[in-house]
Amino acid sequence: MTSHDTHAGGHHHEGSYLTPTGGFWATVWNWATTIDHKKIGVMYLFAVLTMFFLGGAAAIALRLELLFPTQVVDGQLTGQMFGAADATAPGPGGKQYNHVMTLHGAIMVFMFIVPGIPASLGNFFLPLMIGAKDVAFPRLNLMSWYIYVFGSIFGVASILLGGVDTGWTFYTPYSTTTDPDQGSRVILMILAAFILGFSSIFTGLNFVVTVHKLRAPGMGWFDMPLFVWGIYSAAVIQVLATPVIGITLLLLCFERVFSVGIFDPAMGGEPLLFQHFFWFYSHPVVYVMILPGMAIISETITCHARKRIFGYRAVAFSSLAIAAISFLVWGHHLFAAEGELIATIFSALTFLVAIPTAVKVFNWLSTLYKGSIAINTPMLYTLAFLFLFSIGGLTGLPLATLATDLHLHDSYFVVAHFHYVMFGGTVIAFLAGLHHWWPKMFGRMYNEFFGILGFSLVFIGFNMTFFIQFILGTQGMPRRYASYVDEFHMMHMISTVGSWVLAAGFLVHLVNFVTSFVIGQKAPPNPWGGLTLEWLAESPPIEHNFDHEPIVTHGPYDYDEYVPPHWDPKDYPLPEPAEGSSH
Amino acid sequence: MTTIEAHDAERPYHETYTHAPHWRSNDEEFDAAKIGMWLFLTTEVLLFAGMFCAYAVFRMMYPQAFANGSHYLDWRWGGLNTLILLISSFTVAMSIHNAQKSQQFWLRFNLFFTAMCGVAFLLIKFIFEYRVKWADGKRPGEWFTYAFATDPHEPIWWSIYYVATGIHATHVLIGVGLLLWLWRRAGKHHFGPNHYTAVEITGLYWHIVDIVWIFLFPLLYLIH
Repeated sequence: MTSHDTHAGGHHHEGSYLTPTGGFWATVWNWATTIDHKKIGVMYLFAVLTMFFLGGAAAIALRLELLFPTQVVDGQLTGQMFGAADATAPGPGGKQYNHVMTLHGAIMVFMFIVPGIPASLGNFFLPLMIGAKDVAFPRLNLMSWYIYVFGSIFGVASILLGGVDTGWTFYTPYSTTTDPDQGSRVILMILAAFILGFSSIFTGLNFVVTVHKLRAPGMGWFDMPLFVWGIYSAAVIQVLATPVIGITLLLLCFERVFSVGIFDPAMGGEPLLFQHFFWFYSHPVVYVMILPGMAIISETITCHARKRIFGYRAVAFSSLAIAAISFLVWGHHLFAAEGELIATIFSALTFLVAIPTAVKVFNWLSTLYKGSIAINTPMLYTLAFLFLFSIGGLTGLPLATLATDLHLHDSYFVVAHFHYVMFGGTVIAFLAGLHHWWPKMFGRMYNEFFGILGFSLVFIGFNMTFFIQFILGTQGMPRRYASYVDEFHMMHMISTVGSWVLAAGFLVHLVNFVTSFVIGQKAPPNPWGGLTLEWLAESPPIEHNFDHEPIVTHGPYDYDEYVPPHWDPKDYPLPEPAEGSSH
Repeated sequence: MTTIEAHDAERPYHETYTHAPHWRSNDEEFDAAKIGMWLFLTTEVLLFAGMFCAYAVFRMMYPQAFANGSHYLDWRWGGLNTLILLISSFTVAMSIHNAQKSQQFWLRFNLFFTAMCGVAFLLIKFIFEYRVKWADGKRPGEWFTYAFATDPHEPIWWSIYYVATGIHATHVLIGVGLLLWLWRRAGKHHFGPNHYTAVEITGLYWHIVDIVWIFLFPLLYLIH
């Protein structure tokens, strides 16, 4: 590092972490063996976005199939997608549809949304925000990235070899009996999820220890930015829930390879046991997906409204409360398969989740009150999050209610609900965070006009795609089907066209980010006037993050009493400078 | 790094060890490693908790098959293995003590002895238990061919038995590998009062392997 002191700042003895080391291959080798959390964060960002693109392409294909579904009309097969119908499939063209659906689900869940925010933005910013030089175990961090890539290769291999049609949930006995001649693909996909679990555990474990041991002098637990609280809560769930999916997938593998019969009713096994095990992980992990998104929102909403967070402790503790309750609600995925008393208990516990979640939403709303709100891309995404996530959360309540769930479960209502939470919540927050921190990560400003254009397309496209699915679901459209009755055609068409608008929005963002490297304005250290510690570092940060270990002298959200140094609001005109924003 | 090595060539590694640059002191690095290991052990407990949970479910469903199953197991081999693991737990704890006191010979001895206990455990398990039972047809799931079974669900019992003890044996094997690696490093004087992180956290790991067996042994061998 020391041989290259060509940083633009000049007065620093160290270059930015992006400064190349020697030639091309030397730089590649440097990145491949790096233990710098920033580089690993960037590598994770690249990897998860690649997976997001793959999973997204599958989603577009699914929507395209549903535009003109394959149907048997007068004994003749019609429709346009996925070639001819498979005779062994449950419906016309169904087998291939199931493959693509599994591809979409498994990639999006295991390879994009679970590691997504924590491993990329979390890796990059968690140490910076607590004033540390790195995460607690840098080598373990790099290892978790390689394990992630290795696991993803397994998953992609299973698809290239012909695909898996189990859905991402691998329910037994279907997952142990499907494709009897091609069983290895299912095993590959199960192993992929198993391996990815290790990566997830190592990342979570690393973050928990980092937060406990590496906070800067003067930073108590309640001086931490709320991003750190959210990532910490998610990390706790990752550590505690993932081993259970580990043993589950291991048993499933033994079942598939050695026919041990634990989940096979024919041999006295219990398939319901699989569902309980599976959801004991997979429900808490839903909060691994959403908590980091919420964590980002706490940062963007305060910074771009120049306002102290409303109810710091309530937001922090509600993250922990969500993490705790998340372990008690897995049974709501089995309402139709378990006894009435158990279902009632799980229903009641599920309603409990709404409380800390609503606490957060109301606190964010109250934060905006009389704030000095900048209408830029991060803030627009933040506002969109509040709007979309509230819809996603509230539509969860009819699903937690036993009587309405019997009508709605396994319908498009469920699909719309969890896409409003996962996409309208997590992905939207991810985009907010990506725009918010892009200048810090890469030292370049993105173009605000194209940012807002991309936002508009994503927002409109998303609502077009998924809002109509609530209505489809209540009218009886079941999920996971490649075909449907003619009455639903108009609504499916709207949804498919929406998916194109959504894809166009992402394309705009992609182009905007890539071109920012070439034509983007050079980013100052603190373009938004943020008060959290990462804005004290250079943009992009130097190899060891800070010239001197930062000492915390003010809270992360003291916008009403503290103007950050090196920040000139004239460079990035916000509606008002910090002093006047609070009343 | 090279200059330090050249300068301190005559001093053993553990005396010159300094923490990685993102830590403030050796002690903090050591504490963090321990917290990390405890968290990892939590995941191990939860992994086996899934297995114990499956055991409990099937025991409730098929009590007779499980009662028969534990009769098929010889508590003496299980008891001997329990004893071996308990002794190894003591020696691994002693090895940490030896590192703290810089008793290099006894450090190496105890690490090697612990590893050999692990090997003995695995040999007994494979030669006197798995091999014999497999030959009798007492096998998991659809491999089951034992002719004198009196309960139709005995294959499930064997599935639980083989999977639970198999995953545990894998952990023992990994532990043996780690202990031998430490033994080799101890031979190069890598551990002493100033630096014994790896010995400490491997010791923690070895204890969890023992504790899991302490639960498996009565559940599988002793309860009828």
